[in-house]
Amino acid sequence: MKYVMLIAGSEEVWAARTAEENAAIYERIGRWWGEQSAAGRIVDGHELEPSATATTVRIGLDGGSTVTDGPFIEGKEMVGGFGVLDVPDLDEALKVAASWPAPGDVLEIRPIVERG
Amino acid sequence: MADRSQVDARLADVLREERSRLIGALVRILDDWDLAEELVQDAAVAALEHWGTEGIPRNPGAWLMTTARRRAVDRLRRRARYRERMALLTAEAREMDVPIATDGPLGADDRLRLLFTCCHPALSREAQVALTLRTVAGLDTAAVARAFIVAEATIAQRLVRAKRKIRDAGIPYRVPAAAELPARLGEVLSVLYLVFNEGYLASSGDAPERRELARDAEWLTSLVARLMPDEPEVLGLLALMRLHLARADARFGADGALVLLPDQQRARWDRPAIASAVELLARAQRMGRIGPYQVQAAIIGLHAMALSWAATPWQAIVGQYDLLLRIQPTPVVELNRALAIAELDGPAAALEALAPLADRLDGYHLFHAARGELLRKAGDPDGAREANRRALGLTANPAERRLLEGRLS
Repeated sequence: MKYVMLIAGSEEVWAARTAEENAAIYERIGRWWGEQSAAGRIVDGHELEPSATATTVRIGLDGGSTVTDGPFIEGKEMVGGFGVLDVPDLDEALKVAASWPAPGDVLEIRPIVERG
Repeated sequence: MADRSQVDARLADVLREERSRLIGALVRILDDWDLAEELVQDAAVAALEHWGTEGIPRNPGAWLMTTARRRAVDRLRRRARYRERMALLTAEAREMDVPIATDGPLGADDRLRLLFTCCHPALSREAQVALTLRTVAGLDTAAVARAFIVAEATIAQRLVRAKRKIRDAGIPYRVPAAAELPARLGEVLSVLYLVFNEGYLASSGDAPERRELARDAEWLTSLVARLMPDEPEVLGLLALMRLHLARADARFGADGALVLLPDQQRARWDRPAIASAVELLARAQRMGRIGPYQVQAAIIGLHAMALSWAATPWQAIVGQYDLLLRIQPTPVVELNRALAIAELDGPAAALEALAPLADRLDGYHLFHAARGELLRKAGDPDGAREANRRALGLTANPAERRLLEGRLS
C-alpha cells in the first residue's frame, strides 16, 4: 500500500536547539532518508521551505478565489516535508514513521487513494 | 432430562466460544468484516434454532462454519476469487471439526488476530472497545450501547467508521511480532480493564447490564489467558477481575448505596473464588515478570484474604503500593497509598500525604471523598462536610451518590 507521511515540526523546538544540534539532526535525517529509499520503503518525497513562505488560495462557494499569506492551518506544528511510502500495511508505515530521527517532530500517515 | 435453562446456558457458552473462533477465521478468509459478521450472525441464529431442539452437535465449530459457508455461496458468487474462497471455507470447516476444549488453545491464531486488530492503536479507545465487544464478545450493537449509555446509532456509527479505517488505512490482520507484542498486549489489556471497570463500577447510569459487562470482560480476559498462557500480566489482570467479582455481592446495601470495604459483610464474599484467584496470581508471579496488573491484584488479594477489616495487613499493602508507584507513578496510586498509610499512622499522616496531590486530583471525586473521611476521623466535621460536598458534585454514579448523601445528612 502507498501512504503519504506528512512530517511536521514545532518551529519553537527547532529554534530552541543550537545550530550544531540542528545540523546533526539534518545529517541523521539525510542518512535515514537514504536508507529508507534504498530499502524501497520511501519512493518519493520532499522537504518544504518554512511556513513563512506559504501562500493559501481559497476557492469560495461561488467559485471565486482569494489569496492570503501563510499556511491554511495555523498551529504549533508546521508541515515541513512529506514522503511517499510503499509498504505492505499500516504497521510497516508506522514503524518507518516511528524511526524518524528528529526529536519533537510529529508525523501523520495517510493512505493514498488508489483507483482501478 | 436436562433442565431447559441449563441447556440454554450451555448452548450460550458453546456459541460464545465458537462464535469468536468462527468470526476470526471468516475475517481472515473473506477479508470483509461486515460480511463475516453477517454470516456469523446468521449461523448463530440457525444454531439457536437447531441446537435447542436437536442438542449441541459433537463439533459445533464445524457445524457453524458449514452453515456460514452455505450462506456465503450466494453472497460470494459474484465476487473475485470465488472458487478459492469457497475452497478455503470448506477446508476450514474440516479443520474446525474439533470442538474447543474450555482450556485449549484451539483457534488461537484466529481469535488473537481478531482481538489484536480490534485493539489496534491506530483506532480510538472508544472504537477499540466497541469493536472488541461487538466482534469478539459477540454483544449486539444495542447491548454495547446500553452498556456505555450511548445512543445505539452512535455505537453503530463508531463500528462502521472503525471497520472502514481497518480496511482503508491498511491495518493488518495479524498477531503482532514479538518486538511489538508487549506494547500491543498492553493496549488489549487496557481495553479489557476499561470494559471491566465500566461494568464493575459504572461511571453513570443504573442499568442491570453493568454486572454482565464486567463478566463479559472477565470472559474475554480468560480467553486471552488461555490463548497466551505465558503472559503474566494477562493472568494478573484476570486474577484482579476475579478478586473483584468474588466480592461483588457485598458491595451494595439494600438501599442500593455503595458499601465500602470496612463495612462489607465478609461472609458474603466467595471464599473459594478468592482462593483460586490468589493461586492464579501466584502462578503469574512465578513467571518473574512483574507488572502493574499483578501488583494491583496482589493488593486486592491482601484485602480479600483478610478475615476482617482489623486483620488487614497494612504494612504489606503499603509495600505493594510502593512497588506499584515505581512501575506506575500516578497521583491515583499515591492517593490509595495514603489511605493505607491512614490505617498505619492515623488520619493526620494521611492528610499530609494527600496535600501535594490536591492540584492534580482536584477534579477526581474519590480524592475529595477520601479527604472527607480522613477529616471526619481527624475531628474536623466542617472540613469533612465541605470535602464530601465537592465529591458529590463530581460523580454521577447513583450508588456513590447515595453513599455521599448519607454522609452529608
